[in-house]
Amino acid sequence: MDYSWIQIAVAAIFLSVVVTLILSRGYGWLSPTFWRNAAVVSSLIMTFVLLWLTFDTANRIRAGAGRVPDWSVINYEIRLVWDPEKRRQIPAVGRETGFFGKIWSREEAYQLINKGKMTLQSRNCMECHQILGNGAYYATDLTRAWLDPWWEERIMPLTGAKTREEAMRAWLKNPPAMPQGPRKMPNLRFTDEELKALIAFLKWMSAIDTNGFPPRFAVAQ
Amino acid sequence: MATSFARPKAQELFESQKLALAYFAVAIVLFGAQLVFGLLAAYQYINPDFLLAKLPFMTNRTLHVNAMIVWLLVGLMGGVYWFLPLETGREVVGVKLAKFIWWVIVAGVGVVVLVYLFVQIGPGNALTLWFINEGREYVEAPRWADLAIVAWVAIFLYNVIATTLAARRITGLLGVLIFDLVALGALYTAGMHYTVNVTMDQYLWWWVVHLWVEATWEVLVGVVMGWSLMYLLGTPRKLIETWLFLEVALVFGTGILGLGHHYFWIGTPEYWIGLGGFFSALEPLPLVAMVVHAVYDAGAHRLHTVNRPALFWAIAQAFGNFVGAGVWGFMQTLPQINLYSHGTQLAAAHGHLAFFGAYVGTVLTLVYIAVQNIRRPATIPLDSKLWSWAFALMILSIFGIAGSFTISGFAQTMIERAELGSTWNALIQSYTHPWYANTLAWRFGFGLLFLIGYLILVYDLLTIGRKEEARAH
Repeated sequence: MDYSWIQIAVAAIFLSVVVTLILSRGYGWLSPTFWRNAAVVSSLIMTFVLLWLTFDTANRIRAGAGRVPDWSVINYEIRLVWDPEKRRQIPAVGRETGFFGKIWSREEAYQLINKGKMTLQSRNCMECHQILGNGAYYATDLTRAWLDPWWEERIMPLTGAKTREEAMRAWLKNPPAMPQGPRKMPNLRFTDEELKALIAFLKWMSAIDTNGFPPRFAVAQ
Repeated sequence: MATSFARPKAQELFESQKLALAYFAVAIVLFGAQLVFGLLAAYQYINPDFLLAKLPFMTNRTLHVNAMIVWLLVGLMGGVYWFLPLETGREVVGVKLAKFIWWVIVAGVGVVVLVYLFVQIGPGNALTLWFINEGREYVEAPRWADLAIVAWVAIFLYNVIATTLAARRITGLLGVLIFDLVALGALYTAGMHYTVNVTMDQYLWWWVVHLWVEATWEVLVGVVMGWSLMYLLGTPRKLIETWLFLEVALVFGTGILGLGHHYFWIGTPEYWIGLGGFFSALEPLPLVAMVVHAVYDAGAHRLHTVNRPALFWAIAQAFGNFVGAGVWGFMQTLPQINLYSHGTQLAAAHGHLAFFGAYVGTVLTLVYIAVQNIRRPATIPLDSKLWSWAFALMILSIFGIAGSFTISGFAQTMIERAELGSTWNALIQSYTHPWYANTLAWRFGFGLLFLIGYLILVYDLLTIGRKEEARAH
């Protein structure tokens, strides 16, 4: 899209005002007709702009189109790096590491992440955690959970796991057994397959470009 | 067409008004359920081990939020069933169908609540999303319940349109109502889908969540409050309709693209930061307009009304909407602030104050108007000592609750987001800070006070006007 947000905002408001004034010729600004026209015109114009932007946004947020990573990203190391041009953190994909000891094809990775998303919804994760900043405010924001240094610092020694994904699986199997801080996560009776899928989803999500949210993730501890 | 509604007299209720009474009764019961589950969740903030295995925070919070959405929507729809025959001068078309779907919905809500309470979660597959829980905040209802809700809203829309057609005249209020209900029904279907792409999922999810509570619900409130003011103060129709059109122009003009404030951080393109910030900064405008209108109208009538509790809740609604949705919303809607405050207790402060201000006041106005008309003869003016106690207690305690959330939200924003970089450890550091930890007890205390206000309200609704009724017989 070749227009800036300022151009879109100014054009939408300008059009709403001008069309309302043209349709309301002969009516004073205190008459119901004037405001009826304003209501209908502004609703229609704003709806049109929203639909137009929705097509543009939908194109840009397809998996693999740039902002949202391809499914196969779970095979790679993911880091947050400082982007000097945008002046914020952006996710960067590094060397191939595999995931749970194997390299997943694009189709396999898709199936796994899909299962992970269903697991996320079936356990109502959003009613304690936030996903991309949205949800309840009781537990951690999961947007960058895969990148949380806590897994290496605390959970890997605690569970004796060799990799981050294994540490996550071991901990999520029965969270009340290894509480971290006063608030506890209940045991949500995940199967091993569900956990593998859920962790794949979290890893994939951590590589979405969220315009720098949450800010300065894990910069200061 | 009457310029204003006849004042209450001992007339027979329309069938749709009797249905409205059933709507209001269920709404008030669910209001109580919302408070009970809210208190359980608030207590779990203080004592995280409480019922951890049996009734975890996530279940209480789901029920707290869902009970709220359902009772407020039911209350607003009840208001339409109440005023529609008065507006059109005839019985609502299809009222039998409306009654049938209503009892289906009541039974459905019962089943959903039992499943939430006793099944809670399921395996990670499509069956869980269809029959247990969809796992998406605010629209958790399983897919079968979504379909029932769509049927319900479709029948409601049919009632309104068919009644308007049968009356062979359309008023400005009815025009806005139909326009709004078509949008409200269509938007709900945007939330009824599954996609693995979480960014796309949330993009459309906000079409339901934002475009309901920040656009179509606000306009629905405008319609039922317009009817309420015509009833309570005898405000001329022309004045009401002009203000309503102004409100629609401002609510839809700013709120539709104000949707962008939910698209700052979910993976959507950067232009939403500018658009969302700009239009949502304008969103308080219609709320200011409503306060101006309320002060003007109430002042012009020197608070003389046929129904004091309803008028006071209507005025509280105008102010509460402005303070809760407008001030507390603006506090965190600009992207440079929202980057830090998003997803903290500050958002919960705004949620509590905004829903109370915008919607609770509206539904209670409607309920008091209905109560006045089921007494025989109707008491004029309707008044009691108790309603003002419930009114004062509930307003005091919602500010106490929102104030506690605001203070813990400040601590969380500073410590978790700004200082420590939003990690697991950062969250623990923030919620163990005194500003956060100590205010949890205030929140719970004010919650109990709110419950007392609610119990007084229920007692008052059951008794107000009864003495005058007994004296007349």
